[in-house]
Amino acid sequence: MKLMKTLLTAAALAAMLGGSAYAKTLVYCSEASPANFDPGTTTGGNDFDASSRTVYSRLVEFKHGSTELEPGLADSWDISADGLTYTFHLHPGVKFQTTDYFTPTRDLNADDVIFSFTRQQDDKSPWFTYLPNLSYDYYVGMDMPKFTKEWKKIDDLTVQLTLTEPNAPMLANLGMDFASIMSKEYADKLQAAGTLADFASKPIGTGPFTFVDYQLDATIRYKAFDAYYKGKQKIDDLIFSITPDATTRLQKVQAGECDVMAYPNPADVPAAKADTNLVVLSQAGLNIGYMSYNTTQAPFDKAEVRHALNQAIDKDSLIKALFQEAGAIPAENLIPPTMWSWNKAVTADKYDPEAAKKVLAANGVTTIDLWASDRSRPYNPNFARAAELIQADWAKVGVTATITTEEWTKYRADGKKADRKGAFQIGWSGDNGDPDNFFATLFSCSAVGVSNYSSWCNQDFEKAIQDAKKTSDMAARSKLYEDAQVIFAKEAPAFLLAHSQTYVVTDKKVSGFLQDPLGLHRFDDVDVTE
Amino acid sequence: MFRYVLNKLLLIVPTLIGITICAFGFVRLLPGDPILALAGEHGVTAARYEQLKVQFGFDQPIWQQYFSYIWNVLHGDFGTSIATHRPVISEFLVLFPATIELGLCAIILAVVLGIPAGILAATRRGSWIDQSLMGTALIGYSMPIFWWGLLLIIFFSGMLHWTPVSGRIDVQYFFKPVTGSMLIDSLLSGQKGAFRSAFSHLILPTIVLGTIPLAVIARQTRSAMLEVMGEDYVRTARAKGLRGFRVVSVHALRNALIPVVTTIGLQVGVLLAGAILTETIFAWPGIGKWMVDSIFKRDYVVVQSGLLLIALLVMAVNLLVDLLYAVINPRIRVQ
Repeated sequence: MKLMKTLLTAAALAAMLGGSAYAKTLVYCSEASPANFDPGTTTGGNDFDASSRTVYSRLVEFKHGSTELEPGLADSWDISADGLTYTFHLHPGVKFQTTDYFTPTRDLNADDVIFSFTRQQDDKSPWFTYLPNLSYDYYVGMDMPKFTKEWKKIDDLTVQLTLTEPNAPMLANLGMDFASIMSKEYADKLQAAGTLADFASKPIGTGPFTFVDYQLDATIRYKAFDAYYKGKQKIDDLIFSITPDATTRLQKVQAGECDVMAYPNPADVPAAKADTNLVVLSQAGLNIGYMSYNTTQAPFDKAEVRHALNQAIDKDSLIKALFQEAGAIPAENLIPPTMWSWNKAVTADKYDPEAAKKVLAANGVTTIDLWASDRSRPYNPNFARAAELIQADWAKVGVTATITTEEWTKYRADGKKADRKGAFQIGWSGDNGDPDNFFATLFSCSAVGVSNYSSWCNQDFEKAIQDAKKTSDMAARSKLYEDAQVIFAKEAPAFLLAHSQTYVVTDKKVSGFLQDPLGLHRFDDVDVTE
Repeated sequence: MFRYVLNKLLLIVPTLIGITICAFGFVRLLPGDPILALAGEHGVTAARYEQLKVQFGFDQPIWQQYFSYIWNVLHGDFGTSIATHRPVISEFLVLFPATIELGLCAIILAVVLGIPAGILAATRRGSWIDQSLMGTALIGYSMPIFWWGLLLIIFFSGMLHWTPVSGRIDVQYFFKPVTGSMLIDSLLSGQKGAFRSAFSHLILPTIVLGTIPLAVIARQTRSAMLEVMGEDYVRTARAKGLRGFRVVSVHALRNALIPVVTTIGLQVGVLLAGAILTETIFAWPGIGKWMVDSIFKRDYVVVQSGLLLIALLVMAVNLLVDLLYAVINPRIRVQ
């Protein structure tokens, strides 16, 4: 009997051990290989999925599944009355990951925060050029060098950012991927060893997952970081299986080789929905597809012509033809309806070919150049098809459109030239959920020649969006952006097409996966049931 | 023989120079440039663009950039990728074995099935066997690789679950590469089931990549065999009373193989071209996909150096084929 008891106890113990030794693994079929693992140096969503959202954390974070900001490595922050000084109070006891290539000897402190930003700005720092042909594109693109006066350490757990001028979107900027906090101790170690390039290939952060291995163009492996400051993740291992073809990705998730897949083909969405083993998540993307009229060039220099051209386009039919089963929300405003400050009182021009025809005839508009690119974008899956449909609509009101198609990078370069003729199809996917990221990036006077393809510099609009930058009073900011939308609708510097739906397909055993409005793929708080 | 080899080697030099000029020039003729490609949709200001041009060395005259590139290559420096900031040679060495493994399997499949199919078709000329084999070969030759690959995935992986969808091995197996060949490394790893997984992952991409060479080799073998079978020495062998099998295998085949070997050598280029699509469909981490990605990113350094390295590989294989040709055809050596 005693022997029996011993055997039973041993068997139970073995079963328990077996159970506890079982590792929960989540496999994500990603769409492309990351350029590297330093989010400051990269610009692609696939880069950020693999680095900033897995390995790193930031001072402030976007709430999972939202663009609302919440405390991250900073438990709290104070903003001075003049909006120029931000003081961040760091979470105590935050650990950096321990790997076979680095063992941290201290917790996160203000030095790490200061290093993470100054390395992107100080051209005398060895980290400014630690990789060949390095440029910190996002840091520059978000105007950080212009707005940052100084980062100052108050004490180990308090750090202060002083701005050159008030900039309300700054807090949202600090939640972005380029603002990931790196380990200064690790950087110093690499600098001493003369192996700076390892910083981009062997990452160390404070995020939910520890980097394990990257097999070029094949797989990236992570394990849950036991000492993650927000608590260990429910899954033990996270694997990115890099699968560039969307149809193959769907086959993989259907065959159980992946648990989550990015970017299904719109045409495959019905098939994925029909599969009872899969869950298809969809969300209105934080994006806008539009067509810019160069307002400095005739005939687009007249607002009534721009309105008439908008009225001549059957937007609903255009959206159905372009987005098909995937669907999209017809755009009424430049920002999507999910974004704060969206002005519901503002509507875009309605389809009215008869009214359009009269105005266009009165203004002698008979020919127009219409631009299209060869690339598919989330906000416009087929520029060429869209151009053909718009061309057909304009033909009905007596305007002959000549379509010019160019390769994507040349297309954008030619499109932003101040003397560009014609209507130019383009779009935008938001970076940080702040309306400024749409209004100022796309239509401010300073963006003319950069990303303001309408070359539209309206002083009333400019004043509204610049004033909104200077105040941190949310109600006041919202009102200013609402006013800006009224001006935009009145002036119509562009034809606003749609906000596209974004999709993610998961196996039904995956729980807790939330779609990210910024188009990223995050695996914190995700679980798998076997 | 030595002179023959020397002649072949000397021919490589001007070819290589031509390739460097083409690779260097053509990628720059493409619209756009790496700065615009890297900037993403934010774009860059004109001032920043000029600053980056200087930083990347694109402000230098084109001939100066070319000679600087050649100088570096001659010193063993193939440059650093603009997009990933990693040395081109280290990326090439990691990805190249995957393409070689896939290419070798595909060519083995094509030879093992293509030559017997060609012989069978030739010896049964005009029969239903000949017509079916050559009809199938024609279909195989005309098959668009992308469509063919997806079709096989949907049928064998999606519907029948016989083969994995993509990749080189199940993600559960994790070991550091030793040789770069997944088949060999999986054996070396000692992990149970790893070799079987690596092998099963090779099946569909091998079929897809091997289809066109298989069709070409089968058709070439058939026509070479038919030509040889009409020769006097074959008739003499038959007249001597030799068995049909011996006539075909010893007298006809050896001579028929001469153009077939050349065809196999030429298929290396076809394989590398096919690898671009096959690797994309099957998420196969090889140099084909790497080159396409780099072209899209306008990564001049990877494109120009990658093409040079691939050209070196193709030339090495062609040299090997020429040598083999000389071995199996003594007349070449004499000439």
